[in-house]
Amino acid sequence: MRKFALIAIPYLWLLALFLVPFLIVLKISLSDIALAIPPYVPKWDWATGFRAFFSQLDFENFIFLTEDDLYWKAYLSSFQIAAISTIFTLLIGYPIAYGMARAPGEWRPTLMMLIILPFWTSFLIRVYAWMGILSQEGLLNQFLLWTGIIATPLTILNTNTAVYIGIVYTYLPFMILPIYAALDRMDGSLIEAAEDLGCSRLMAFWLVTIPLSKNGIIAGSFLVFIPALGEFVIPSLLGGSGTLMIGKVLWEEFFSNRDWPVASAVAVILLLLLIIPIVLFQRNQQKQAEAEQ
Amino acid sequence: MDVPETEFAPWNDAGQKPLIRFRNVTKRFGEFVAIDDLSLDIYEQEFFALLGPSGCGKTTMMRMLAGFESPSEGEIELAGQNIVPVPPNKRAVNMMFQSYALFPHLSVWDNIAFGLRRDRLPKEQIKARVEEMLKLTRLERFATRKPHQISGGQRQRVALARSLAKAPKLLLLDEPMGALDKKLRQETQFELMDIQETTGTTFVIVTHDQEEAMTVASRVAVMDEGRLIQVSTPADLYEWPDNVYVADFIGDVNLIEGRTTASGDERYRINWIDGQPPLNGVSNTVFSDGQTCHLAIRPEKIAISTDKPKGADNAVQGKVLDIAYLGNLSTYHVELASGTVIKAQTSNTRRISRRSFTWEDPVWLSWTATAGVMLAQ
Ligand SMILES: Nc1ncnc2c1ncn2[C@@H]1O[C@H](COP(=O)(O)OP(=O)(O)OP(=O)(O)O)[C@@H](O)[C@H]1O
Ligand SMILES: [Mg+2]
Repeated sequence: MRKFALIAIPYLWLLALFLVPFLIVLKISLSDIALAIPPYVPKWDWATGFRAFFSQLDFENFIFLTEDDLYWKAYLSSFQIAAISTIFTLLIGYPIAYGMARAPGEWRPTLMMLIILPFWTSFLIRVYAWMGILSQEGLLNQFLLWTGIIATPLTILNTNTAVYIGIVYTYLPFMILPIYAALDRMDGSLIEAAEDLGCSRLMAFWLVTIPLSKNGIIAGSFLVFIPALGEFVIPSLLGGSGTLMIGKVLWEEFFSNRDWPVASAVAVILLLLLIIPIVLFQRNQQKQAEAEQ
Repeated sequence: MDVPETEFAPWNDAGQKPLIRFRNVTKRFGEFVAIDDLSLDIYEQEFFALLGPSGCGKTTMMRMLAGFESPSEGEIELAGQNIVPVPPNKRAVNMMFQSYALFPHLSVWDNIAFGLRRDRLPKEQIKARVEEMLKLTRLERFATRKPHQISGGQRQRVALARSLAKAPKLLLLDEPMGALDKKLRQETQFELMDIQETTGTTFVIVTHDQEEAMTVASRVAVMDEGRLIQVSTPADLYEWPDNVYVADFIGDVNLIEGRTTASGDERYRINWIDGQPPLNGVSNTVFSDGQTCHLAIRPEKIAISTDKPKGADNAVQGKVLDIAYLGNLSTYHVELASGTVIKAQTSNTRRISRRSFTWEDPVWLSWTATAGVMLAQ
């Protein structure tokens, strides 16, 4: 009985916080748009019963998504932006994590603090700060003009570049922390053993350090990629009209068009697309846990 | 000591060039002196053991040989060449780590092949060599397993195979058997000696365990606080310790302090307790009259009897305080009238029920003049 309760709690949790909202969204996505509050039909009515209710649901909205190329382009572009950002985050995050793991013990808590500190400020404020940095009259342009590297201000804000910067900046800690955890656990004598057996420093890094931090790299990449794929705030604030991301499309469907059924269909597809990397991520975590036993 | 020509003893041969030579090596960590002006020669094909208490600098010596630490002062030569500036990956030295340091992401096979691959040997040659190593360490059945899928003893053998695979000139073993139980440890010791004999590799082994050092080594260096106290063959170390520290560190010993008076050619009397007859000892180092001397006698060199033995060089009376039964041996702790406790050891050739002495029995202890070693310090 106790065992059952232990298992039941996470499932109830999942049911309340994930499955129920998902079913509601799924139901809306199968409905039709209407001038009403809320703006769709059918609504559940005890009088008409199941049959009438279900007969009004259809896949119209999903079919619509395939007809307008805006949507699949937005999915594709989101995927691309998320993937490229993940790669950049990895390239920047790995050396930082490596440096932290190599730093003297008394420094590590401070370095860790520096990584986590930005989280204590509102995310929105930090993104607005980037607007101030990247705009035409922003700090970055002023600095570059002052040093004489450029003659006319660069246009960074409202381009995809700004979106990349924003995503990399925001999600960097999610990359650093799992990689740091992996590197920190690594036994330093393994590198010495590799060198002893004839590896140069670089070779030892490639043959030992990288494979042993593989799980950290995979975990970090998913932790960046998954939220970046559905990211909405960063592309809306830092991106331009040319920045196409599914999160932004979703938002516009909901609030500008007030087309809840189509917006819900977009959300359902996004979720289904995200399930693939999430499952892969879970598998990786599980494998790691098994290997550590 | 005189050594017959046939015996392996390059350290007695002035014509032999040492493989490793520490020349006045000092290693400091900040203010702390870990190795203190140490000079040492190790010869080819030796099985050299470093023995000493924890923190005396054994691992530091090994790490300097492998290239992970460089000496603060002095030089280390390998085959006549100063190796201090040579990085670890360019040294013909392999180390078996105290923690084994097996690569957890690689199979046993790949762990052993790791060093060979770095030399860019042809595939066939690598395969042949790895298989040879697997056979030598009896690991054939585990070739495809990962390190976390094998036992501690097997892991230790993988580490050994991996460090042997490259056929290094010098193999460093840092407490290779720390994690093994006694039986496996003895087996492995003999295995190591076999390997050493068949491969002709020079071994330097670090150990806490003096019995292990005595079993495997051609010579043993006893260290303390970054200095060498004595470097000798196991037998010499046991029979002819240079000082009280070594005598006490290696095996069991009775230490009797007294003052010497010369009584003939290399013969001395040792006055140890007022009112007791002096003890007789022999020493080829010179003691002046009245000099403090420590007589070190191994328990097995002391005979125990009920009656006073006739014609013994030294005989003292006491009563049995304690008996430590070790199966094949028994150690008797005998308390003298003065309160001094002396240990005597006999082998149990008879069944225990027929033992001649028991607790509180008055007994005589006796030993010859040459049984003990007279040590000035
Ligand atoms: N990197 C280092 N920094 C500072 N001190 C060190 C360092 N490495 C070793 N020491 C010190 O040098 C001394 C010798 O250390 P070493 O590891 O050689 O001892 P050991 O003889 O191998 O001991 P054990 O038998 O416990 O392994 C110790 O007192 C140790 O604290
Ligand atoms: Mg050590």
